[in-house]
Amino acid sequence: MSPRAQRIVGFVAFGALVVVVVVLPTLVSDFKAQQYAYVGIYLIALLGLNILTGYTGQISLGHGAFMAIGGYTTAILMVGNEQFGGPIAGGMRDVWTLPFAALVAGLVGLLFGLPALRLSGLYLALATFAIAVAFPSAVKRFAEFSGGGQGINLFGTEQLTGSSAQRVEILGFTLSYNDWLYALSWSVALPAFVVAWLIVRGRTGRALRAVRDSETAAVSSGVSLARYKTLAFGVSAAYAGLAGGLFAIANTFVNPDTFPIALSIFLLIGIVVGGLGGLSGLVFGAIFVYFLPLWAQGEDLGSILPDRVIEETTKPGGPAIVYGVVLILLMFLIPNGVSGLFRRVGAFLARRR
Amino acid sequence: MTLLELDRVAAHYGPVQALREVSLTVSEGEIVAVLGANGAGKTTTLRAISGTVSRSGTIELDGKPLRGGPEAAARAGIAHVPEGRGTFVDLTVTENLKLGAYTRRDREVKRDLERIASYFPWMAERGGQRAGTLSGGEQQMLALGRALMSRPRLLLLDEPSLGLAPMVVREFFRTVRELNEKEGLTVLVVEQDARIALSVSSRAYVLEVGRVALSGPSSELRANEAVRRSYLGY
Amino acid sequence: MLGAFDTAYFAQQVVSGLASGGVYALLALALVIIHRSTGVINFAQGEMATFSAYICWALVTSHGWSYWPALVATLVLSFVGGVGIHRVVIRPVERGSVLRIVIVTIGLLIAINGFIIWQWSGEPQQLQSPFGTDIVTIGDVAVSEHDIGTIAVALGIVVLLWLFFQFTKVGLALRATAVNPEEARLVGVRVTWMLALGWGLAATLGAVAGVLTAPIVGLDPNMMVAVLIYAFAAAVLGGIDSPAGAVVGGLLLGLMLNMLTFFSQYRAFDWFSEELRLPIALLIILVVLLVRPSGLFGHAHVKRV
Repeated sequence: MSPRAQRIVGFVAFGALVVVVVVLPTLVSDFKAQQYAYVGIYLIALLGLNILTGYTGQISLGHGAFMAIGGYTTAILMVGNEQFGGPIAGGMRDVWTLPFAALVAGLVGLLFGLPALRLSGLYLALATFAIAVAFPSAVKRFAEFSGGGQGINLFGTEQLTGSSAQRVEILGFTLSYNDWLYALSWSVALPAFVVAWLIVRGRTGRALRAVRDSETAAVSSGVSLARYKTLAFGVSAAYAGLAGGLFAIANTFVNPDTFPIALSIFLLIGIVVGGLGGLSGLVFGAIFVYFLPLWAQGEDLGSILPDRVIEETTKPGGPAIVYGVVLILLMFLIPNGVSGLFRRVGAFLARRR
Repeated sequence: MTLLELDRVAAHYGPVQALREVSLTVSEGEIVAVLGANGAGKTTTLRAISGTVSRSGTIELDGKPLRGGPEAAARAGIAHVPEGRGTFVDLTVTENLKLGAYTRRDREVKRDLERIASYFPWMAERGGQRAGTLSGGEQQMLALGRALMSRPRLLLLDEPSLGLAPMVVREFFRTVRELNEKEGLTVLVVEQDARIALSVSSRAYVLEVGRVALSGPSSELRANEAVRRSYLGY
Repeated sequence: MLGAFDTAYFAQQVVSGLASGGVYALLALALVIIHRSTGVINFAQGEMATFSAYICWALVTSHGWSYWPALVATLVLSFVGGVGIHRVVIRPVERGSVLRIVIVTIGLLIAINGFIIWQWSGEPQQLQSPFGTDIVTIGDVAVSEHDIGTIAVALGIVVLLWLFFQFTKVGLALRATAVNPEEARLVGVRVTWMLALGWGLAATLGAVAGVLTAPIVGLDPNMMVAVLIYAFAAAVLGGIDSPAGAVVGGLLLGLMLNMLTFFSQYRAFDWFSEELRLPIALLIILVVLLVRPSGLFGHAHVKRV
């Protein structure tokens, strides 16, 4: 396909995504709306991680920690930490904390990107992993700032029980809490998608890919390695922070276990399933990361699969077996993720014409 | 007696056809050269013989068809010294030589190590040195020594002169010649440097875009007007 | 409290540090062997080890085997299982991006963990130590037999492996495959079998680490998670492609963690708690890596344009 045709297909696909996102809440239950809100949140985190890992080739096993930084930023700005003996009064409305969540995480990412310049491959993977491992301990250690092990309730009440216990007023509309979450997460995710597309499309994207494909060649063609690697870290961490802030709002609660190490691993799974170095597939990566654990437990599929299968797979351990096997099979079937599948289908259609 | 026979061999890398139709023979005890410009299919011809590229047509060694990958070719007695040396840089000189004898099951490996040392005394003296720390010429010699360790029926040499000083190249080919005369080693050599290739070989083939364009005794080719102009440059 | 330097307690901490370090070293060796041949960190290495420990336990408790035959059977089964994993799930994705193989090993991790729970439930079980857990006193230093045995086994295996890699034909072929698989093929090495053999060896090493860990922490589905992280850290600390580095890295890490425990009795270090063991160990390694980006024993790769 010519670049022009590719761009048209891209626009059409994005338009279709927008339509689906807008129409979806009218089709699904209130509870499902909350689930799709999480899909939007994961999408944001995956967009960021893919800029770092997919485009720049730097493996991060610690993106959950950047999400956690964003989540805690949101929580502390909303509730404050005076109650634990900290200096911040809080009182900000949830939405307005999000830019700060992105900013703080992004700054930490930039700072981390500097020493990370010296590391590559697995050494970098271990370094990022160390952050994810150390973060919960740091939270507990600095309890007067973070609330320690008991965590922070974002809305001052007991944890919401998921249903539409509360109604949210915004811009003159009154929405159920879950619909509000859905609207919020996707009205952040869609622009985030566009921004990511703008980043990877032009000069910057080319420079990032050059860094991934050959560092030495990138340097000799005038790309400033240090600048772009650090930049990629910062942008990617900012995305994670934004996602983390939204995650905290959706979860209504943060504590050291809200962002476990497994989260970082799941994000990595998401970008590989979605397709490294592609954006379109990440929507499916996000759906996969959020829903597969639920599907593996038989949720939503009860009417499709025979009872015997459901019975076996819902025994303790069963869902994990299903999850692992499905993940492995996916890697066999779509080696380049969903984005790669799209490209293959596109190439096939182009040849047929 | 014919040792190697290629009959209408074709090969491709993915969608790119690198060999269209190559037929050639190598007799026992001969040195045969394959000449041609870049991309003519010289390297691919060797890779087709050793099974490192997917191929069609028939390749027979000693009248028996060669099938399977490079492991099978090595077991059938083909030693392939690839372009750009190809030593195990992290292993020592002696370990590299021992690997050459990997497919052999007899107990004479030690005697062969001594035989190699008679050609290249430094390999015995510096047996514990890491191959990666050798000079380019030494690595090429080591690759040759390793190939000899397998007691090959047929030695494939791919661009041995690449990146080496002219003096080192002459030394290398002098050794190959000596091995051919003393031990009856059969060699198929691919070379950019047509002058030296034609001087050591008894026969040669000229490849153009994946086909044999010309073949004959080396002395005749050296006199050939077209060969002289295209490959010898005078 | 600021007591006098307690030599006996210090020595005990050194011994138990070396024992846990020995286990990290074994698992780190497994990671290094796979990384050298397949080019990835095998995330499932810990779960594979746990699975092996469960097999040993099941043979003893459910099938009435006595311990040593069960152990031998476990090691053999683990080797076969490692080879099988390579043939069935790794080989199909070997020619692809490294991350794809990494995700496959994560899939394996999740599936094996699930299978253990599905088959044997998540309840903690007790697996006996091959050496007994009595405490012996040497001078005024009290150490457990299990720790001494663990150190001996770890060192013994390291020596055996070294002999195997250095002096056997197969060992040489394995190293050649790690250095340059294309080239190894040309000299007649059956490379795919060498890779499978590497996975088998790694699985066996993991099995040893597993049966040595279970008696200490209790046999449960997640018992190797922390050990795997330590092993990963040890392997990276040593230089991810260096078997010697993995061993030294493992032992150093084990020692370091126990030294942190030892010094936490002094006021200057009283902020140190067990919970901080892992983060601090990782931070120290990070600092080392910033000074030596390819680990203690790794050599820097020459970059070519």
